[in-house]
Amino acid sequence: MKRRIGVFVCHCGINIAGVVKVPELVERAKNIPGVVTALDYVYCCSDPGQRLIRETIQKERLEGIVVACCSPNLHEATFRKAAAEAGLNPYLCEIANIREQCSWVTSDRDAATEKAEGIVRTMVAKVSHDQPLVRLGVPIVKRALVVGAGIAGIQAALDIANAGYEVVLVEKEPSIGGHMAQLSETFPTLDCSQCILTPKTVEAGRHPKIRLLTYSEVAEVSGFVGNFRVKIRQKPRYVDLDACTGCGICLEKCPVRVESVFDRNLTRRRAIYRLFPQAVPNKVVIDAQHCRQLQGKKCGVCAKVCPAQAIRYDDQERIVEEEVGAIVLATGYELFDSRRLGAYGLGVVPDVIDSLAFERILSASGPFAGEVRRPSDGRVPKRVVFVQCAGSRDSNQGVPYCSKICCMYTAKHALLYRHRVHDGEAVVCYIDVRTPGKGFEEFYRRATDEGVQYLRGKVSKIFRRGDRVVVWAADTLAGKKLEIEADMVVLASAVVPNPDGVALARRLKIPVDGWGFLSEAHPKLRPVETLTAGFFLCGCGQGPKDIPETVAQASGAAAKVLAMFGQSELYHEPVTAVVDEEICVGCGNCERTCAYEAVRVDPHRGKAVVQAVMCEGCGACSVACPAGAINLKNFTKQSLTEMVDV
Amino acid sequence: MSSQDNSQLVSQIEELSGQRVSDCYQCGCCTAGCPVGELMDPPPSRAIRLLQLGRAQELLASEGIWVCASCLVCGTRCPRNVDYAKIAEACRALILRAKRSQVDPDVVDDQDLQDVPQQAFIASFRKFSV
Repeated sequence: MKRRIGVFVCHCGINIAGVVKVPELVERAKNIPGVVTALDYVYCCSDPGQRLIRETIQKERLEGIVVACCSPNLHEATFRKAAAEAGLNPYLCEIANIREQCSWVTSDRDAATEKAEGIVRTMVAKVSHDQPLVRLGVPIVKRALVVGAGIAGIQAALDIANAGYEVVLVEKEPSIGGHMAQLSETFPTLDCSQCILTPKTVEAGRHPKIRLLTYSEVAEVSGFVGNFRVKIRQKPRYVDLDACTGCGICLEKCPVRVESVFDRNLTRRRAIYRLFPQAVPNKVVIDAQHCRQLQGKKCGVCAKVCPAQAIRYDDQERIVEEEVGAIVLATGYELFDSRRLGAYGLGVVPDVIDSLAFERILSASGPFAGEVRRPSDGRVPKRVVFVQCAGSRDSNQGVPYCSKICCMYTAKHALLYRHRVHDGEAVVCYIDVRTPGKGFEEFYRRATDEGVQYLRGKVSKIFRRGDRVVVWAADTLAGKKLEIEADMVVLASAVVPNPDGVALARRLKIPVDGWGFLSEAHPKLRPVETLTAGFFLCGCGQGPKDIPETVAQASGAAAKVLAMFGQSELYHEPVTAVVDEEICVGCGNCERTCAYEAVRVDPHRGKAVVQAVMCEGCGACSVACPAGAINLKNFTKQSLTEMVDV
Repeated sequence: MSSQDNSQLVSQIEELSGQRVSDCYQCGCCTAGCPVGELMDPPPSRAIRLLQLGRAQELLASEGIWVCASCLVCGTRCPRNVDYAKIAEACRALILRAKRSQVDPDVVDDQDLQDVPQQAFIASFRKFSV
């Protein structure tokens, strides 16, 4: 027996009605077998439009409806809800997209009407075969995992923990704080980075709801939204975290000295070290690669001097397993390696340094205790050239995008340099100065007012002449080439995603863009979610951004997690794959094809098994199955054939 | 010269050089690195600017395109992959292909006759006059 089907054609103002001949389409729709009524309305998505649909369903006792309107991305949910309110199973409501796929792509009214009829016929064929479906309910583990404990991860973890849910905060470095801990002062207010960061690191370290796992990395994630199982690899620290008091005696006695990555190789640290004195947790760690004892040589000094007997040379890697419902990725950034810009001399000319190195120089806890000195001979530089776009906006040797934060931190660098060296000359070579932020333009003006020289032109070459550094620049406003002799050069290197974060995202199949930045679910309307349910993102791992924007995004991601935890259970779309076990031979094509790891072949029975809550309903398995044994609900082979054959 | 002729010239230069002048964002890196940049008028970035503004005739009449040593530093370091050396070469080719006499033996000034080697004179007559 044929279903009683209703067709509703939306004018969408003139979006559809301006091209498609709506009255004609309605008449033609009435002639489609199974269609008992066809109506049109100016805006079906409006309240009266939805009321018309609800009333018609009840009056005509409809068993399926087709709404010919815009893309299902926009209003499928709206109309399915309206259908449900009228007592119709929501999955018996289908959308015929006659806007994006019809009226917007042509101005030929006859052809558009013809095509619109075709689309409507297709969806009528589909709805005649659709089965009523029920959403799947999934319980939620109300704990969150936050990957990366820079300012983004810390903020997200604190927000979730303060709402009363447990958080596992994982950081690969021995202590938390990320790059923000390396910074001196922050633009545009010039407050001290450490001073505003440490209250947060301390709170995160002490919070009863936060389990902090430092020197650890996420090894594996299995499961699905609401029910993830996470394996975390804790690297051996060779120090008992509970016993170590952070007294620092070992740091004085260790005989090994290696370059400090935290200080951008400007100072040397011991083989047993902590990143900085205010580290959270304030415990030491042994760098096994450089430790004499661990390399099999004679030493053991730290163990001898440790008053707490906290040294464990036999420490092993551990795997910690956690169950969480949501995962926030705050994997952060690195600086582009400007040594790749050969003409800029980084790594060859000692007084050419990158911006994070200059942050360390400016920092009170840095190599020169906050005095500006140059790395080669410790002299106070009298002229410093700041080179913007060192790698950014460079599709030849660097990255094509703008790194967003460099204009502001370069203005800050130049200003702070002038504050420390009163007779010093600061020259900034720039292409464009971009200051779109609260107080940013004023801050840039302050730098120029306080005597920072801005030269519009990209630097071509930097090289050494005697003990000075020569910069070949241009003043494009005057149309002149310039040679500047300086004492030190600071490169504003591009921001690139942290490579470990990119590798993690690839392992977790979280989409990234061409440069490795995590892709958000929608660039405007879903900026803190990923396309994989249960994964949220924030911070520079998603794209270059400054501290306030990072904190805002982190709180946004936390709010999304909390919205999820506020529900009693999660609902999953029921349009999932089902296996006909009579036909399935267990070849495993579906398992290999599935991007969501939702299909597995049961090794005992030799049949494919779909875990419905993990299935995203993409249909790839159904195409890959040579026997036609796996089908998507409401997209069966029979229904698809009839949809094409209208 | 009309603006239409000028824009036709710009397309001709783009075609001959294989470069797109709209790619250039005027950072000035080419000018900064040019070994003869001090002598070149207009310097590379300004020359490209003239083309972006459709003032091709002005560039063809300039001395800058003849000063370019074709060392290719500008194109090598250009963040937008625009090779000015090729653009200058295209401009020179356009002038030479026009088959107009660029030098006239009767109007060479005496000082030049004294200073310039005879071989160079002969070569330039061969190359630059019809």
